Amino acid sequence: MLRIPCPHCGERDYTEFRYAGDATKRRPVHGTEDVRAWYEHVFLFTNPKGPHREYWQHVQGCRQWLVLERDTATNTVGRSWLARTGAPS
Amino acid sequence: MTVPARLPTGGRIDRARPLSFVFDHRRLHGCAGDTVASALLANGVQLIGRSFKYHRPRGFLAAGVEEPNGLLTIGEGARCTPNVPATTTELREGLFCRRQNGWPSVDFDVMALTSWLAPFFGAGFYYKTFMGPRRGSWMMYEPFIRRAAGLGEATHLPDPDRYETRHAFADVLVIGAGPTGLAAARAAGRAGCRVTLVEQDFELGGSLLSAPAGSSDADLLATLEADVAALANVEVLRRTTALGVYDGNTVVLVERHDHARPDPAKGEAREVIVTLRAGTIIHATGAIERSMLFGDNDRPGVMLAGAVRTYLNRYAVAVGQTAVIATNNDSAWCAALDLAATGAHVTLLDERAGAGAGLGEAARRAGVDVRYEVRLRRALGGRSVRGVEYARRDGAPETLACDVVGISGGWAPTLHLTSHTGPKPVFDTALDAFRPGPFATGHYGAGAMMGTRSLQESLDEGHAVGAAAARHVGATGAVGAGPACAGEWPTGHAPSPPERSPGTGKAFIDFQNDVTTKDVALAHEEGYHSVEHLKRFTTLGMGTDQGKTANVDAAKVMASLRGIEMAVAGTTTYRPPYTPVSVGALAGRSVGTHFRATRLTPMHDWHLANGAVMIQAGPWLRPWYYGWAGKTVGAAYVEEMKLVRSGVGMSDVSSLGKIDIRGPDAAIFLDRVYVNAFAKLPAGKARYGVMLNDDATVLDDGTTARFDEHTYFMTTTTAQAGEVMSWLEFLLQVAWPELRVQVASVTDRWAGMSVAGPRARQALQLAFPGVDLSNESLPYMGVREFMFQGTTVRLLRLSFSGELAYEVYVPADVGTAMWSRILAEAAPLGIRPYGLESLASLRIEKGHVAGLELDHRNTLEDLGLGKMASKSKAYIGRELATRANLRRPGRWSLVGLELLEPTKKLRGGSILFNRHEALEGHGRGYITSVTWSTEHQKLIALGLFEGGLAHEGEEIVCAYPLRNEIVRARIVSPMFIDPTGERVHA
Amino acid sequence: MKLLSRYSGLALARRALTDSRWQRAWRSPDPKPSYDVIIVGGGGHGLATAYYLASRHGIRNVAVLERGYLGSGNVGRNTTLVRSNYLMPGNTQFFEHSLQLWEGLSHELNFNVMLSQRGQIVLAHGPGQLDVLARKGNTMRLNGIDAELMEREDVMRFLPFLDHSEHCRFPIYGGLFQQRAGTVRHDAVAWGYARAADRLGVDIIENCEVTGFLRDGDRVTGVETSRGTIHAGRTAISVAGHSSHVAAMLGMRLPIESHILQAFVTEPIKPFLDCVVSFGAELFYISQSDKGGMVFGGHIDGFNTYTQRGQFPRAQTVAECAVALIPAMSRLRLLRHWGGIQDMTPDGSPFIGRTPFRDLYINAGWCYQGFKATPATGWCLAHTIAHDAEHPLIRHLALDRHMAGNGHDEYGLGLWTYRQ
Repeated sequence: MLRIPCPHCGERDYTEFRYAGDATKRRPVHGTEDVRAWYEHVFLFTNPKGPHREYWQHVQGCRQWLVLERDTATNTVGRSWLARTGAPS
Repeated sequence: MTVPARLPTGGRIDRARPLSFVFDHRRLHGCAGDTVASALLANGVQLIGRSFKYHRPRGFLAAGVEEPNGLLTIGEGARCTPNVPATTTELREGLFCRRQNGWPSVDFDVMALTSWLAPFFGAGFYYKTFMGPRRGSWMMYEPFIRRAAGLGEATHLPDPDRYETRHAFADVLVIGAGPTGLAAARAAGRAGCRVTLVEQDFELGGSLLSAPAGSSDADLLATLEADVAALANVEVLRRTTALGVYDGNTVVLVERHDHARPDPAKGEAREVIVTLRAGTIIHATGAIERSMLFGDNDRPGVMLAGAVRTYLNRYAVAVGQTAVIATNNDSAWCAALDLAATGAHVTLLDERAGAGAGLGEAARRAGVDVRYEVRLRRALGGRSVRGVEYARRDGAPETLACDVVGISGGWAPTLHLTSHTGPKPVFDTALDAFRPGPFATGHYGAGAMMGTRSLQESLDEGHAVGAAAARHVGATGAVGAGPACAGEWPTGHAPSPPERSPGTGKAFIDFQNDVTTKDVALAHEEGYHSVEHLKRFTTLGMGTDQGKTANVDAAKVMASLRGIEMAVAGTTTYRPPYTPVSVGALAGRSVGTHFRATRLTPMHDWHLANGAVMIQAGPWLRPWYYGWAGKTVGAAYVEEMKLVRSGVGMSDVSSLGKIDIRGPDAAIFLDRVYVNAFAKLPAGKARYGVMLNDDATVLDDGTTARFDEHTYFMTTTTAQAGEVMSWLEFLLQVAWPELRVQVASVTDRWAGMSVAGPRARQALQLAFPGVDLSNESLPYMGVREFMFQGTTVRLLRLSFSGELAYEVYVPADVGTAMWSRILAEAAPLGIRPYGLESLASLRIEKGHVAGLELDHRNTLEDLGLGKMASKSKAYIGRELATRANLRRPGRWSLVGLELLEPTKKLRGGSILFNRHEALEGHGRGYITSVTWSTEHQKLIALGLFEGGLAHEGEEIVCAYPLRNEIVRARIVSPMFIDPTGERVHA
Repeated sequence: MKLLSRYSGLALARRALTDSRWQRAWRSPDPKPSYDVIIVGGGGHGLATAYYLASRHGIRNVAVLERGYLGSGNVGRNTTLVRSNYLMPGNTQFFEHSLQLWEGLSHELNFNVMLSQRGQIVLAHGPGQLDVLARKGNTMRLNGIDAELMEREDVMRFLPFLDHSEHCRFPIYGGLFQQRAGTVRHDAVAWGYARAADRLGVDIIENCEVTGFLRDGDRVTGVETSRGTIHAGRTAISVAGHSSHVAAMLGMRLPIESHILQAFVTEPIKPFLDCVVSFGAELFYISQSDKGGMVFGGHIDGFNTYTQRGQFPRAQTVAECAVALIPAMSRLRLLRHWGGIQDMTPDGSPFIGRTPFRDLYINAGWCYQGFKATPATGWCLAHTIAHDAEHPLIRHLALDRHMAGNGHDEYGLGLWTYRQ
């Protein structure tokens, strides 16, 4: 059972969250007309085998979107923070 | 059959509590404290089953979870459970069990003939034959193979028992309550942390349980048990197996309650799955004895020496009068000595040149006949062992008569759980077995599972890891001194050679799957060298015991054949569960009606009480049609449609997603989310909107109303409500955190009802006297919030049906009251409820797209909604909608269809073709939704067709080969009624 | 001592009664300095590709490089289903071609892969769902593929032990049946292709991990491996869950995330279920192996990972589906569950064909459906490599199709829906 530290709610089972993929990708600014930029944002992934930063939403808790550090080779979970505030320094 | 073997005294069984049970239709007797296996042995039953492939007679090899042979079918009727190991099943009154995999019976099994054909049936023989005479011939052979395979027979009856799941937490989880685990739990408990100690057996003690009554080991067990029981913070779970170790220090346990005969009618569970999140995990799982490789080593009566001792000392069963104990280590000497003490004649064959200090002298005193440097070559006998053939190295074979053979090829750490998430096991040459790889932080191992053989060292290790685990979780209490034992165990051992002894007869490695040393050699001959290929090619270790007694020997034989080190050969990956677990236990209470949560609208009970037939709509149950309109859905929906088209009807739309959107930037937010403009939507108005995914496929459609400057009320489809909510939250929290907007799901807050039909306004006027509902005051797409008799009412003049219609929203707790009120007040107008089928049919007539059209493959243009997209603002999905294929002319897009052959039917899922072309391939489109049109008195449909309405008026062909139907239809506008919208504006 | 090469009942008898021995299923050669074609990945797809290159295109100077043991990936971890009940243009023909290859495969390879065409039923739990299945079934029939529509009563007669009771949460409304669907013994597929390819001269090199690619401008000219540098005229990547990892060695990002799909097997029992059943309320499928175990699976765990192990909550939801579908499953006992790494794509369809690099081909993104595609993938990828042009059956599966808006959403579920 992957256990995810929610900045609001503490450590919880991953089943309370929904996964939403790579959080290192920068979404093009709204209205950007560069189709290629949108294509790359929507369709292409680094999908690394190792350290990963990823979005999860605590849907069955505070409903906050957070960024989680996790190693995809081992499932070791690291830090997390609210997506809206950005990474702690 | 041998004579009954229960000793008059001794053992841990309770002779004061006799139990009777039924075995193969015979009534037998045992005692509380017996397993089914020990009770059967006490009754002299030795032949317990037939092997998987060769149908060889088999008896018990072991006394615990590692048992490969002793699988019984337990229970009758709907409670019939195949393949249950008798060695781990606690005897209970009235238990019904039978042997399996023999025909006509296990005693006289004609399939045993296969044993004679064994040379043809080597590992993987089926890959090489059964291919002819022609393609597909396998289907001719397969039924025979299938019938011969399998073990027990399962019932098709629904399981009447109840299962549960629960969640748990512990600072320290100790797996295994042998001496090591008890010492660990004792230390961690004394340090003051929350400890859970799990033991698969119904008694604590592990290896200590196999010691004779009154021995120092038995005293030690009593002391340890008392120490642990005195600690209130140590939870002890007996009959509980740790099935698997998962990420996040989560261990899944199963508690078994069969012994207590749980009654499902009283809510008692047969098995409970516990998902336990542990601060630290201590593995104290012990070791499993290895067998020896010699000819016919599977004869009933050949048993692990440790099992011989367990049956003797724990269950007071003397499994033989004339015993041969064969070993390569000191541990089996205990079995020999204990057996001799009961008066049995014991011969001990040790592969080594000598044994541990004092053992030889003890054996001499006990009258055990000891022979060194000899190896078993073969077991003699048929349905039970009658003797052994053995020899010195290079010596001539000699034979010995006996009625039981105890064998011990050493001990292999029980490391299954540590390899579920942890690193691969490593081979320890001194131990001649695999031991766990390095532990992750917070995981500990101690005792026999780490390869420790000494009792005192195991106690010390248990104590040390208990204390360390407690420190790891921050417990600071004094743990004191660890437990001490009075009598140490003999620990000497020397590995057996990797190859089987010379001699004839099959030497089984995996007893359950009938894998012999010859099969490993065959795998080697054919190049299936890696441990994984060996496993898959021979099926070694794939039985219900997962090869607990087999894996090390198999790897050793292969490594020897390949001439490589064991460290290079490695071992296969162990998979959860450690022992098999009922599928029902995993499902817990999520069965039957409760398989998935059911969402009910606030008016659900009213619907049931008033003749509604309900239907699933995703997680929701919604009224499909009402009894007033007809007995079948086909009859009823037409009547309901007529009512809405001619008078007034009301339907429950509470399941629509509802989202409260507030804040000064709400207008900007909506403008970005929807393809059409929302920035200038005035207060008091609603607008239909469509939102796209980033990739330009349609995400959802719905209506958003603006009640005041900063307050919006969004409705979504039932299906996409959760998706849309998460998406809006993502945009606000991640993409556009600068926008000052809050969203909240209010789906469950509001009951929704749609009042539709030419008389809808009159109906609502009767329900809400004094509220101005005139067309001027509340025009089409107008919204209003008002208080009525103390209740907030949100009234939205929207139409899904194409008639004059309103959606009425009130707080959920007054939903039924308002629903009833409208029906009562508007009764003079003939108002009636209508269900989902007619709701869906009304929208087809009006040409509104819904679920079957919104299948995520379609663009706005495909659905005829292209004109909605704003050209003057950015919206989500705009850019990727410009990709070439999405703009390609001739895409399949929305059309209406009308049936041209009144005697035939239009059906959803029909494939569309032009009139004179061949009916093959993928066609030019398909029908999504069909209904009877009350307006046109014919079947009409919505569909997608290549080029869409450019073909309006053309006749096409609808093919439905699944029913051999071909019908003609005409492409028409999807708006079958009121194309100018006069009705909705009325 | 005679070495037996060809398999037959007679050969079995000779092996049993004479001093003959079996020829090794495949050799264990050291890598040569160069090959005409290198296939990276010794799974079912890679081995099939090598076999068809050698047998159909006469290209025999081929190496298959496998990081672990042959068949260590998904070909040995799946639930063994084969079928051709596909809706979308392109998919229908591709998977039917695959099924036809399956139907001749035991003879083709002289290795019994035990294709068992006991049929598959996909269930519908409401009228709308049955219409969606009908569209697929009609499409199949119009493409010459067998399909039968079953009403509720038909399903009750066919499989009376499914939950047809009033307590059922999602009542069964009907289904679509394909008789020619069924199961194949999965390991046999890897071994059979390996053995047949080996006989034609293909070098199958195990324990050989690719660590980088050799490049000459925009051409790929070989690979660096744990067993040295190997040059190649043409190179194909066929590494399933590890596609992103390998492609990253060339600086490529793929439209792929690697997720875990779990599979489950119960203890063996006597014949209990004689076809494949797919639940319609949630993703769940079950069949019984020839050995007797009930083999089943469900949805992926829902987040990307390269660990070959699953999360327990998924085992629970899958078990819930098993009992919801067949209440008697409750009493059967789960023997093992394990995970395989799935290369998930946005639209649920794979990518096969050429890449931005010359002489480099890719086969990736098979999501759940790689096993049933094994023969056709090998067939089409071999053609594509041999001709440096996509086989007509895979033209719809181009790597850059999303840039052109050619998403190929077979199930109509939308993008990324696998993530939940």
